[in-house]
Amino acid sequence: MARNKKHATTKNQSQKKQKSFINVGPTERILSAVGGAALTYYGLKKNKSALGIGMATLGSSLMVRGATGYCPVNKALHRDSAHTPVEAIEIKKSVTIYKYRHDVYNFWRHLENLPRFMRHLSEVKQLDNKKSHWVAKDPTGRMHFEWDAEITHEEENKVLAWHSLPGSEIENAGEVWFEEAPGGRGTEVHVSIYYWPPLGAVGKGIAGLINPALAQLVKEDIRQFKSIMESGEIPSIEGQPHGER
Amino acid sequence: MKALCWTGINKLNVEKVPDPSILNPKDAIVKVGLSSVCGSDLHLLDGYVPTMREGDIIGHEFMGEVVETGPEVKKLKKGDRVVVSSIIGCGGCYHCNHGAWSLCDNSNTHPALLEKTYGYAGAGIFGYSQAFGGYAGSHAEYIRVPYADNGMFKIPEGISDESALFCSDAFPTGYMAADMADIAPGDVVAVWGCGGVGQMAIRSAWLKGAGRVIAIDRLPERLEMARTHGKAEVLNYEEVDILESLREMTGGRGPDRCIDAVGMEADSTGIEDVYDRTKQYLYMQSDRPAVLRQAIVACRKGGTLSIVGVYGGLMDKFPMGAAMNKALTFKMGQMHGQSYIPRLLEHVQNGDVDPAYLLTHKWSLAQGPEGYKMFKHKDDQCMRVVFAPTL
Repeated sequence: MARNKKHATTKNQSQKKQKSFINVGPTERILSAVGGAALTYYGLKKNKSALGIGMATLGSSLMVRGATGYCPVNKALHRDSAHTPVEAIEIKKSVTIYKYRHDVYNFWRHLENLPRFMRHLSEVKQLDNKKSHWVAKDPTGRMHFEWDAEITHEEENKVLAWHSLPGSEIENAGEVWFEEAPGGRGTEVHVSIYYWPPLGAVGKGIAGLINPALAQLVKEDIRQFKSIMESGEIPSIEGQPHGER
Repeated sequence: MKALCWTGINKLNVEKVPDPSILNPKDAIVKVGLSSVCGSDLHLLDGYVPTMREGDIIGHEFMGEVVETGPEVKKLKKGDRVVVSSIIGCGGCYHCNHGAWSLCDNSNTHPALLEKTYGYAGAGIFGYSQAFGGYAGSHAEYIRVPYADNGMFKIPEGISDESALFCSDAFPTGYMAADMADIAPGDVVAVWGCGGVGQMAIRSAWLKGAGRVIAIDRLPERLEMARTHGKAEVLNYEEVDILESLREMTGGRGPDRCIDAVGMEADSTGIEDVYDRTKQYLYMQSDRPAVLRQAIVACRKGGTLSIVGVYGGLMDKFPMGAAMNKALTFKMGQMHGQSYIPRLLEHVQNGDVDPAYLLTHKWSLAQGPEGYKMFKHKDDQCMRVVFAPTL
């Protein structure tokens, strides 16, 4: 399935002929922006520790890189990721949900539900039975990205896979398996999400830094999916009172 | 509103903070009537529970009046007088549906913090550190109660605020200790620790059919309470050899069921106490296991250890050999309040148990820091200080 797609990842991004200061490709820009914002967020949450400040600083510079499309490191290395083919990174997460398999499957299959638990998505619109239009925003809310995706494989109550369509700003894919958990424990959900980061040493280095934050984001999204399915809401303390900090 | 905030190790401060608001559809806002200190708060104060944040409002054992409900709250309404479980449960996950509310999969807002060390995270708890969800606590004029239909219980007419209050945490914790101990008729039950939870464990052991109950502590007033209200035989570990006494009192068999209502800051005597305190001070162990060690050795072969005293991390010199070779059963956990509170309110209503005697001091919220100081040092024969924000 989507696993095979790792080997078919060439993406033609060389339409851009004119000389431009932009030397960060769209996928990398988005990863930089989203990952950078995630790093900044987790860095700031870390209570002023050295690691937290480091994460926040790196995060905000990645955000700038994402927003402007200009990376001084790329420039210094004469590297231009706006034009390179890439290999997928995979983020996997499994969770067991105390609900019947058809309920869990149907909630996900109704793709318009996804933004309820995937925080970087602001909207998914189903265009027809297979095609959908996705809108994502970075956590700061300053930028937004849109792409179309297509369901590539579907077996009711069992598996759902999708892939972004050619020409998308963010090339990504996903695959979810739904299995009955033993002993009446509900439904096991096995999620794999794929993103296509840039190639090369810098790209790998940056992906290495961003991936943990992205992986964390995906894992929290899946946890929120479980919360919504089981309890109808996502637990929150955002906005509750506290004393001076 | 006024709220009692944790501002650092052994530092509390009464501060003016914004009122809470409904954040989720199943939330309710409760005007706090009474809010009790709890021995487990001392672990927060003493700095043994990491992930406290400056400004966190503490307090988790409380009752009050519903003043606002979210659109998805169906069972309770504005004006209801309620007691609230200190443990927060979503009501939808596998564990909540099997009565194990303190293992709720969804109520902890920061599960990743505990997963690093525990593998899996437990439920959220009011006012009990970021690792347990970071929920604002009850030592305040108002509190937000998530999943309100699960955690709030309407107090029947005729039960006073003071009697209902301890059905929030101390009584269900003590009751769960007795429940987990699997007491058979005639069993000898030994209870380590005669604080609020220990006192309720003693009462609950009788409700569960114990033949004899033996209570262990060092404070004469607490032992006296265990004797008069709890009808327990009492042992002061500063005066007698506990292992020897328990052996003698049980015809050489040892108690059948042993309850640890003390937890990670156990006091003991002699060289063992010095050893554990030193290691804890040097961060070489987070928990002082004196009570557990003693209970394992004291327990009869094939007996049960029921642990409701709170532990946080790692401990040293744990007599696993004794536990294994004596074929002991260990049961433990944070309490599953939602499973127990309805039947405990019935016990209170029937007059089987009136937990109000745990309340020794009723103070205003402004006296919060002072109250905890007194509670910590057990001054003035303090069992439980209860804050009434309206005072």
